[in-house]
Amino acid sequence: MSENVLKVEHVTMQFGGVVAVDNLNLEVNKGEIVSLIGPNGAGKTTAFNVITGVYPPTNGAVYFQGKKIVENHPQGKMRRQYLGENEGKYDHVIAPTPDRITKLGIARTFQNIRLFKSQTVFENILIAEHMRRTSNLFTATLHLNGAEERQMRQEADRLLHIVELDDVRDELATSLPYGKQRRLEIARALATKPSLLLLDEPAAGMNPQETDELTAFIGRVRDDFHLTIFMIEHHMDLVMEISDRIYVLDFGKLISQGTPDVVQSDPRVISAYLGVQEDE
Amino acid sequence: MDWLSKNLPYLMAGISVGGQYALIAIGYTMVYGILRLINFAHGDIFMVAGLVMVYASTVMPVYLAIPLVLVVTVVIGFVVERVAYKPLRSAPRMSVMISAIGVSYLLQNLALYVTGGLAQQYPAIPWISDTITVFGVTTKRVTVITPPLVIVLVAALVMLIQKTKIGMAMRAASKDFETSQLMGIRINSVISMTFIIGSFLAAVGSLLFFSNYTGVTPTVGAMPGLKAFVAAVFGGIGSIPGAVIGAFIIGISENIIKGLGWTTFSDAFTFALLIVVLIFKPTGLFGEAANDKV
Amino acid sequence: MKKQTEAFVSVALIAALLIVLFVLERVIPSTSMLFTVLKKGAIYALVAVSMNLLNGFTGLFSLGQAGFMLVGAYTYGVLTIPVDQRANVYMYYDGGLIQFALHPILAIVIAGIIAGIFAYLIGLPVLRLKSDYLAIATLGFAEIIRAVFQWDKLGPLTNGSNLLRNYPSYKSVLFYFAASGVCIALIVLLINSTYGRAFKAIRDDEVAAEAMGINLAHHKRIAFVVSSFFAGVSGALLAMYQTSIQASMFKSAMTYEILLIVVIGGIGSITGSCISSFLFIILSEWLLRFLDSELVIGGFKVPLLRSGFRKVVFSIIIMIIVLFFRQGIMGTKEFSVRGIYNRITGKGRKAQKGGAADE
Repeated sequence: MSENVLKVEHVTMQFGGVVAVDNLNLEVNKGEIVSLIGPNGAGKTTAFNVITGVYPPTNGAVYFQGKKIVENHPQGKMRRQYLGENEGKYDHVIAPTPDRITKLGIARTFQNIRLFKSQTVFENILIAEHMRRTSNLFTATLHLNGAEERQMRQEADRLLHIVELDDVRDELATSLPYGKQRRLEIARALATKPSLLLLDEPAAGMNPQETDELTAFIGRVRDDFHLTIFMIEHHMDLVMEISDRIYVLDFGKLISQGTPDVVQSDPRVISAYLGVQEDE
Repeated sequence: MDWLSKNLPYLMAGISVGGQYALIAIGYTMVYGILRLINFAHGDIFMVAGLVMVYASTVMPVYLAIPLVLVVTVVIGFVVERVAYKPLRSAPRMSVMISAIGVSYLLQNLALYVTGGLAQQYPAIPWISDTITVFGVTTKRVTVITPPLVIVLVAALVMLIQKTKIGMAMRAASKDFETSQLMGIRINSVISMTFIIGSFLAAVGSLLFFSNYTGVTPTVGAMPGLKAFVAAVFGGIGSIPGAVIGAFIIGISENIIKGLGWTTFSDAFTFALLIVVLIFKPTGLFGEAANDKV
Repeated sequence: MKKQTEAFVSVALIAALLIVLFVLERVIPSTSMLFTVLKKGAIYALVAVSMNLLNGFTGLFSLGQAGFMLVGAYTYGVLTIPVDQRANVYMYYDGGLIQFALHPILAIVIAGIIAGIFAYLIGLPVLRLKSDYLAIATLGFAEIIRAVFQWDKLGPLTNGSNLLRNYPSYKSVLFYFAASGVCIALIVLLINSTYGRAFKAIRDDEVAAEAMGINLAHHKRIAFVVSSFFAGVSGALLAMYQTSIQASMFKSAMTYEILLIVVIGGIGSITGSCISSFLFIILSEWLLRFLDSELVIGGFKVPLLRSGFRKVVFSIIIMIIVLFFRQGIMGTKEFSVRGIYNRITGKGRKAQKGGAADE
């Protein structure tokens, strides 16, 4: 099949009268780090949410490793019927829930960190093992899955070691400093063993030093885990340094794409950012 | 015609009860609109209003007892909010709901203590408890009075909300609680006002309701309370006209069901309706959709 | 302390408890209030823990517990009334439909299963709802269940709105402790399994849980059905304890009581729920009972004391807990041998701080 890992085709997402994402087309190839940038409210997170199945698109399709994973083409009568929430009402719509997408091999992090607050670092990671369980409710309840349980814990510990969080293994996730929480969230996404990782503003709120560490971390993660990374980010230093290609979104529309150099000198990008962007 | 004369009593009772539910439902819908809290104690405040009337009428004439009932109920509503909900304003929603359930439990047990668990005879209120005959159906005058009274009260309330300053503050608070606070709206007085209006209407509702049903027991508020809540959800929670229309629909439907001889299911019907609404149109008839941001 | 030692001490404590109960039953007359309270406490502990599984561990605010208890209680009653008693019990329905009687233990298990089936069906629509809407919908379904079971047309099966009685029941307090204990142990095992971790993830953050590959609908359904299964079992035990049942007992007030027990114990703490069940029952049924009878000291009649005062005092205590001690007795911590050991020896402070979830 084609070498692109992710392909977004004609995706439009409408909330009532608001078009958050307008006919978006993009591709992410194997092994690349691709960034999606744009002013606030440009529809970047919405695009992520469509890809990860949080909501089905109003129109369009998403392919992962050549396989169609999300699709909606309301036509004729169905177009009129379509109210936005009727996922699964007609057959030709493919609208898997986020957990199915995760199982296919797409993992993500969130803009506003969403760790499991009452649980330790270790437990946050361990949860990812649940979807690979072979035990059922009865064997798990009666603790007849000792071997599996041991293996789950080993896996989680191994990952903690790789991402260098083993020193805070038993701390509550929310008691970590901000930078480590971000790292933990990425580690948790890695624990689902994805081949495509979506990062939603991983450097948001970080100081320059933390950002540098993160840049190195993301690069290392890509190599160690043979990942493809698709990332939303505002820190331009990070984006320009690490990205192979960049897509620029403004008011839901793609206004520019290409290598960092191309995008940086694109007048449309500059005009989109001037006046809207404050700190970059 | 035969069908009509057979069912007219049920229809009339339904409209009347619907009006009484409407008065309770407004309290639910306004509180939910602002605090996103299902005030489980609201039905019990309605019950307490009934008990106050029972005891007040033994020591004073009815024309004094009625205003006293209104005042006492309003005070109770106000105090409940201040004592049981206000301290939990920054707590998780579940805690506030549990507190509401706790208040409901407390009010019921207080009523049990005061009444000794016996059903209290509701006093006959002159004129509105009188028996009259409409279209060949014998009923109490309250049945006929309720719908127009409800309409007048709701119209007054809508005027209050649309035209006055406190009404504007209420609308702002229900649109966006935090922002309205930042805009200098004194949120505590808005919330208190909401509870005061809700309790006042519940007190009026109790005067009408118990005039028809005579017995006041500690748990008598639970069922009308829940039904009024369903009415509020059915109409679209936060919407006052929605709550009123929902209440009339529920009142009429449940009495028609009684008329069909399915009395056992008249309560169940309400909940079945609730579940159908929640599943197929969670925003109700007139409610606005709220989006969860991921 | 080693894990084995801990397990050993725990088992020894439980054994000691059962022996004490065994001895007590032989020493104290069986009509003693103590046994009444202990039996009821054990039953409420089970239903409180089952509710905690939903509200505390999965974050599903459900108020259907009384409805599922009703299903369990009725299933037990209907299936166990001896055949020769049926004509008497079902006197308005020609002896009823069912003409066999099962062994009580089997009937208890079936009671749980039937409650679980009800929960599965009810869960299909309602588990899609969020927080308070879920609460009100489950409350509504509990009311519908109550109406259906009282329905005249189902009389041959449920005896309509009449009492179900004359079914067999175990008298020993040991039985209630054993049954309830086994069930609670199963729930604890579930919570400590990989499924339990998934439940807690859903409680903490549904969106993140889903992104971690946890199928929300599936896991919520499991939690709901399992919780209802045990509510059904506790209903069966309650039926047994009360020797007669009627649908009108299982009002929403019952669910509220169970919820308050869970809150007092600490939402998210199993041992908290158990402790608070016994406290709740002991206080409300026994120790505070003096508040209900008039008391004259030296010719002076103590004011306020009369029937019903106990419940008023009791609800005020509850309100104080709800308002000022929102964590309840245990918060989300658990009472454990290790915890006590660490407390005494002063070890593992840190482990205790973060270790709320792992024992």
